Amino acid sequence: MVNATEFRSAVKGWLEENFPLALKGQTAMLLELASVQNNLEGDILLWRQNLAQAGYGAPTWPKAYGGAGLTHPQAKILAEEMKRVGAFNLIPALAGMGVTMVGPTVLEYGTDDQKARHLPGIASGTIRWCLGLSEPSAGSDLASLTTKAVADGDNWLLNGQKTWTSGADISQWCGALVRTDSSAKKRDGISFLMLPMDQAEIKTRPIKLIAGASPFCETFFDDAKASKDDLLGKPNEGWSVIKRLLQHERQSQTSASRTGSAREAFQDTAKRYVGVDAQGRLDDADLRIRLANHLMDATAHSLTVRRIREEARGKVEVSAAASILKNTATQVAQIKSELTLELMGYQGLGWQGDSFNEEELDNVRSWLSGKAMSIYGGSYEVQKNIISKNILGLPENTQKG
Amino acid sequence: MAALTEEQTMIRDQARSWLTEQYPVQKFREMRDSQAEFAFTPDTWAGMAEMGWPGILVPEQYGGLGLGYLTFGVVLEEIGRQLTASPLFASAFVGASAVMLAGNDQQKQQWLPAIADGSQIVTLASDEGPRHVPAAISMQASRNSGGFELNGNKTFVLEGMAASALVVAARTAGDAGDQQGISLFILAADTDGISRHALATMDSRGYANISFDKVSIPADALLGELDQGYALLEAILDRASAGIAAEMIGTAAQSFDMTLDYLKNREQFGQVIGSFQALGHRAADLYTDKEMARSCMEAALQAIDDNGENIAELCSLSKCKTGDFLHFMSNQLIQIHGGIGMTDEFDAGLYLKRARVLESCYGNQAYHRDRYARLLNF
Ligand SMILES: Cc1cc2nc3c(=O)[nH]c(=O)nc-3n(C[C@H](O)[C@H](O)[C@H](O)COP(=O)(O)OP(=O)(O)OC[C@H]3O[C@@H](n4cnc5c(N)ncnc54)[C@H](O)[C@@H]3O)c2cc1C
Repeated sequence: MVNATEFRSAVKGWLEENFPLALKGQTAMLLELASVQNNLEGDILLWRQNLAQAGYGAPTWPKAYGGAGLTHPQAKILAEEMKRVGAFNLIPALAGMGVTMVGPTVLEYGTDDQKARHLPGIASGTIRWCLGLSEPSAGSDLASLTTKAVADGDNWLLNGQKTWTSGADISQWCGALVRTDSSAKKRDGISFLMLPMDQAEIKTRPIKLIAGASPFCETFFDDAKASKDDLLGKPNEGWSVIKRLLQHERQSQTSASRTGSAREAFQDTAKRYVGVDAQGRLDDADLRIRLANHLMDATAHSLTVRRIREEARGKVEVSAAASILKNTATQVAQIKSELTLELMGYQGLGWQGDSFNEEELDNVRSWLSGKAMSIYGGSYEVQKNIISKNILGLPENTQKG
Repeated sequence: MAALTEEQTMIRDQARSWLTEQYPVQKFREMRDSQAEFAFTPDTWAGMAEMGWPGILVPEQYGGLGLGYLTFGVVLEEIGRQLTASPLFASAFVGASAVMLAGNDQQKQQWLPAIADGSQIVTLASDEGPRHVPAAISMQASRNSGGFELNGNKTFVLEGMAASALVVAARTAGDAGDQQGISLFILAADTDGISRHALATMDSRGYANISFDKVSIPADALLGELDQGYALLEAILDRASAGIAAEMIGTAAQSFDMTLDYLKNREQFGQVIGSFQALGHRAADLYTDKEMARSCMEAALQAIDDNGENIAELCSLSKCKTGDFLHFMSNQLIQIHGGIGMTDEFDAGLYLKRARVLESCYGNQAYHRDRYARLLNF
């Protein structure tokens, strides 16, 4: 295996040859685009192809399945070098739930045939995946789901309704959690099926959100087909598959805040809007202290991410600590948006039009969409249940039946 | 816990077993009830010296172990768990830091080996009023024929009665409030003109108010440069904050463990109280804050060892976050124990009282939040 320094210089060389410089510094905008649009063109298409060719879309996956077979420390070097030159990995955004959740779970539970059929499309960013888990009456209590699948020759036939299915209208494949044995206990009769979205028996209806966009749908299955070969794990043991998948989801939501501009330090934004007194202190004593507190919490969060990684000695495992980090990441991001809104004063309250600049309008949208962070991926409260039960060993307090 | 080295793990395990076997919190209670002269028992201090703890920071060339701040933090955390009383922190952590940072070679030769073997107890005397405001120092150090004359008062000096020497911050120029014009001195605690008054604090630790009346000291008592002591004082206080944060984490972690244990065992309404979601979520909050505070505490000590660029920022972060956590934790320690938590016979009260004192040492949370904002220029 090559050592870290050699690997780093190889990555540098590769980036020089393969990253189209025209894309430099447009990370946020292009990632946003890639998360809502499939057919990209020009430089961005070229960059996707180059990433896929090198296996850098899902760099730690085996080469045989479209990855690059990198160790986690190597993947970290790759990410660092990309960041340094203003590049970014857009494949996870193109693959929907593929890279972060479906892929790692297929790697763990899938048959060789399933891995060979599904992973390369994810790793190359050509197949977008959505996840049909939640239903109108099954949210946090996911195991109460009622969408059914019955065997029919070589297929499963699905009937029922999913909701909040992110990207359902633009995805090619779906991972759906369905009931395959209605007589079993709540968690025992569930299976995880993978099925193509391009069939007349599936209908999607976009739902408009408070932030204005429609990132998710209601999804209706009306005799929709999934191949018998596309049941992940064992029949009726989908609950253990989904528990693992949700751990991967949590893990992917533990780091860094996603809101606000990285162009200037947050305190400088605050000074720009609020002004300073003769001693250079922010001209709002109350806000100043809350801002200091927020910056401390943000630092405490990232120091904890780092510490937990170091304690795992380089192994990036799905850890129990993911629940605390998901909650602190959520709080830091939500409070940052709230403080931004507050410090901008009237300018922070716009919806559209040229009386407000882009930064101001962006903050309103991300303040609103950020409210979802404490709802999806296991809500804030559900994470606390997990902490008290799984980490602290306190008795289960919600599960009935 | 940080990814500790083998040596650090060994030291922690040794500290933990020695303290829990020989000096569990019960010993602290006995010391409190016995009204010990210096608020610690001599055998505790002798035992620590035997294990080399007072020399953890002191470089090997001055007779110490030179193991660094994070390693010392590991020991302080274990001490914080049992509230074990000794002058270790005041002298071997804060006093040693002062001499290491500000002393010239001759002063290091004179003081460090004696700190490392426990024969001298050197403590810092900085604050003068009821609050921690380092720049407000007004104690006078005026020039006289042989050196300086000290006049003024110091408050809340940790181990002030037991100390054999004092590091004193005094004004050689400027007015109270100015950063310029502060100088540091090191002198024997029994120098003529010094009178010490023991404080009976709620946490039964050894604090003293000290007054200086025409205290004459030689020129070579000056520690660091004349009038330029403020930056040194801040650096010493940074280290003191980072160290006391380690002790605070220990005190809070022990409180957490006691509380978790109670949540799992106390039954009401036919079930253990930890099965009530309100308490399960509170435990989750406490645990989350504990993990965040620990990361800050370790990062500050590590930054000092690495001589990092943002030591001041991290030390304020650490003191503030551990203070917030200890505050919350110590209140919940009582609350979750119900009535039993209010009894003196149970240990919770010892931890609560210690918590508030630790929070106010070297600047409370409000002080460090403000300082953090100043350090980040807003
Ligand atoms: C932006 C966004 C994207 C999403 N994407 C997807 C997707 O792609 N696929 C998919 O399947 N789903 C998706 N979801 C759905 C998401 O997983 C659910 O919203 C989530 O599981 C919560 O369910 P619910 O909305 O029904 O709320 P409920 O479960 O009804 O919760 C309502 C409130 O009750 C609280 N609560 C519930 N149970 C407990 C408990 N045991 N203890 C304490 N408090 C509790 C919750 O914390 C919450 O505050 C998405 C949601 C959002 C907001």
